[in-house]
Amino acid sequence: MTTKNWTQNHPLYLDYQATTPTDPRVVEAMAPYWTEKFGNPHSRNHFYGWEAEDAVEIAREHVANLIGATAKEVIFTSGATESNNLAIKGVAKFYGDKKNHIITCVTEHKCVLETCRSLQQDGFDVTYLHVQENGLIDLDALKAAITDKTLLVSIMAVNNEIGVIQPLKEIGQMCRDNKVFFHTDAAQAVGKIPLDVEAMNIDMMSISAHKMYGPMGMGALFVRRRPRVRLVPLIHGGGQERGMRSGTLPTPLVVGFGVACELALKEMAQETERLRGYQTKLFEGLKARIPEIYLNGDLDHRVPGNLNISFSYVEGEGLMMGLKDLGVSSGSACTSASLEPSYVLRALGVEEELAHTSLRLGLGRFTTEDDIDYAIERISKEVNRLRELSPLWDMAQAGVDIKSIKWAEH
Amino acid sequence: MTHTVYLDHNATSPLRAQARDGVIAALDLVGNPSSVHQLGRQALRVLEDAREQVRAAINAPKTAQVIFTSGGTEANTLALSGTDALRVLVGATEHASVLAARPDLECITVDAQGRVDLGHLQSMLSEGDGHAVVSVMMANNETGALQNIEDIVHLAHRFGARVHTDAVQAFGKVAVDFLALGVDMLSVSAHKIGGPLGVGALIATQDVQLTPVNRGGGQEGGLRGGTQNVSGIAGFGIAAKLAASDLADMTHIKVLRNQLESGVKEIASDAIVLAETVDRLPNTSFIVMPGVLSETQVMAFDLAGICVSSGSACGSGKSKTSSVLVAMKVPEDIAKTALRVSLGPNNTVADIESFLSVYKDLYVRQIQKRNAA
Repeated sequence: MTTKNWTQNHPLYLDYQATTPTDPRVVEAMAPYWTEKFGNPHSRNHFYGWEAEDAVEIAREHVANLIGATAKEVIFTSGATESNNLAIKGVAKFYGDKKNHIITCVTEHKCVLETCRSLQQDGFDVTYLHVQENGLIDLDALKAAITDKTLLVSIMAVNNEIGVIQPLKEIGQMCRDNKVFFHTDAAQAVGKIPLDVEAMNIDMMSISAHKMYGPMGMGALFVRRRPRVRLVPLIHGGGQERGMRSGTLPTPLVVGFGVACELALKEMAQETERLRGYQTKLFEGLKARIPEIYLNGDLDHRVPGNLNISFSYVEGEGLMMGLKDLGVSSGSACTSASLEPSYVLRALGVEEELAHTSLRLGLGRFTTEDDIDYAIERISKEVNRLRELSPLWDMAQAGVDIKSIKWAEH
Repeated sequence: MTHTVYLDHNATSPLRAQARDGVIAALDLVGNPSSVHQLGRQALRVLEDAREQVRAAINAPKTAQVIFTSGGTEANTLALSGTDALRVLVGATEHASVLAARPDLECITVDAQGRVDLGHLQSMLSEGDGHAVVSVMMANNETGALQNIEDIVHLAHRFGARVHTDAVQAFGKVAVDFLALGVDMLSVSAHKIGGPLGVGALIATQDVQLTPVNRGGGQEGGLRGGTQNVSGIAGFGIAAKLAASDLADMTHIKVLRNQLESGVKEIASDAIVLAETVDRLPNTSFIVMPGVLSETQVMAFDLAGICVSSGSACGSGKSKTSSVLVAMKVPEDIAKTALRVSLGPNNTVADIESFLSVYKDLYVRQIQKRNAA
């Protein structure tokens, strides 16, 4: 396994859902496009432009191959957030006068939820499906929510906090049967689990490069051609990306994204097996050393690179402070600056106190077995230390039901 | 390809070595700048340092919003489709991203040199109701013509309108001073100043209210959702700093550009340099060789290893006449024979000589063909 030089003198990185290190092979592939191959891929007048355009088109093939699409169905964007905005707003604006109902889910990424909320202000009806305790949507609830006004179902492939995999194939079939577009935010899924837009009847799929060892600032939206999905663009101008997304494409980032997709396809099976072993080892190791910990989200329908664990009686922010040598997170990076408990965990029915004690542990390509041993050691030591300081833990050990305590109002 | 002469810097400019180093160093960072742990904060520091470099390079005040985007096109879109203004008035020679930003744009006419007609702007401002945003580019991407932004700001502000300027082509070629210009919003792009592709920024005064194009995540002050392109932004910061400090290099580039233009006129007495009589970017020439289609010229130059363009890269490969020249009321047969030459810091006298030698061959062949006919 390739190593990265940052592992020596930096905290141990266990936050692979926030972002992934750029694979050195990706960095290497990008290198010539920063300098000697610097052309604007839209310059149709000379060699530099053609060279850049060729590189862009090869990358487009790699992205398409990874998800079972054709290259013409891949629109490059600046990232999954832009892709999600483009997919949802784009379809809503194009077809909004015919159908005005959108179905999504309460545990979606903020950018999907905020986009849907903005469409509500424009007169759209949005159904926010609840999730079951394991984080998965209830297919019967989805079926019941679909009406003849339903235009779009947008359900993420893999959740960014708890790593659970939604039943994409079943959702896709249901949408196709009901002539509803199916969009999936697959930022956390592409390159991690096998995806096939044909078999899964996916009409639009958002992809992020930096979640799969590619560079930041790069993403794509798969837009189905048969049956065709049409979009109103968000960014107008030069008419690049078949008019769906204007702006000069960043050739090096596109090339890096393509190579990241190529590597993911080649190494997915092997990497999945390895990470599944680490995931089990980490979870079992923590369970063996720390009593009363809870896994959030389904274990079986889950990507191998994620665990989300509530360490009861320990405050998550305090735990993170005590684990400065670990790069871990208490939730999504986008909302991590706020002290609100995770809305994803709350949606699973995790109580606020317990939600506050959660850590997201993200594993990935550069994680080693030693890292797992170290993480088990450090986390268990820190949790047990903090619990020893906690009066609540004392009371709980003494058999007091914490929920029965009537806290004085301040 | 043995030796290539690159004269298409307005399409994209090669990455500066120092900016490249910054990009590569940032690619080795692992954190998401929104993550609170040490690695996240490290990425955030890179981002914020770059923000200050961009701010300083265009002399924007501490209070101004510097919003990183995926490039100039997105910055223009955010400025014009994100504004709460009821009317948006734009110059007729603007970049496609401005002209397409929203369906209800009102177009300000330009003169034969492509400069906005202030009289027309004034009557537009005095007619309509509701507050407006006026968007006029600082320098045109095809002709290089500079607009008088201060005058436009002065006029627009008298009517309570705000001003946005697309400074994508001006930045790094002439001084761009946000405070001195007095604009409310300004767009810049990294890859036109020797920074990486895929990054740009919209700079706006504190009191400008915008609605995001990309929602979510809350990044960039809630105005642009999505994990920032940290490596690109790092390179942009460095390139911006250098673009501002290396402005003196433009004196040398202007000398070369003028050599090129006088050389062309010596060869072809009927050649026309568009917008020649107004202040222009020091690196840009948009030259008409009557009777020879732009595409023919571009091909002849490309065969000789010289990269030039028939106009904006976004519009290239499409055989439509330049919308800039249409707005300038240049007759179509003339417009179809224009060639854009745009120089950069690495060009030399030898490059200009190579260009002129190919130009001469092409012109002589054309004369012979005309005489034979």
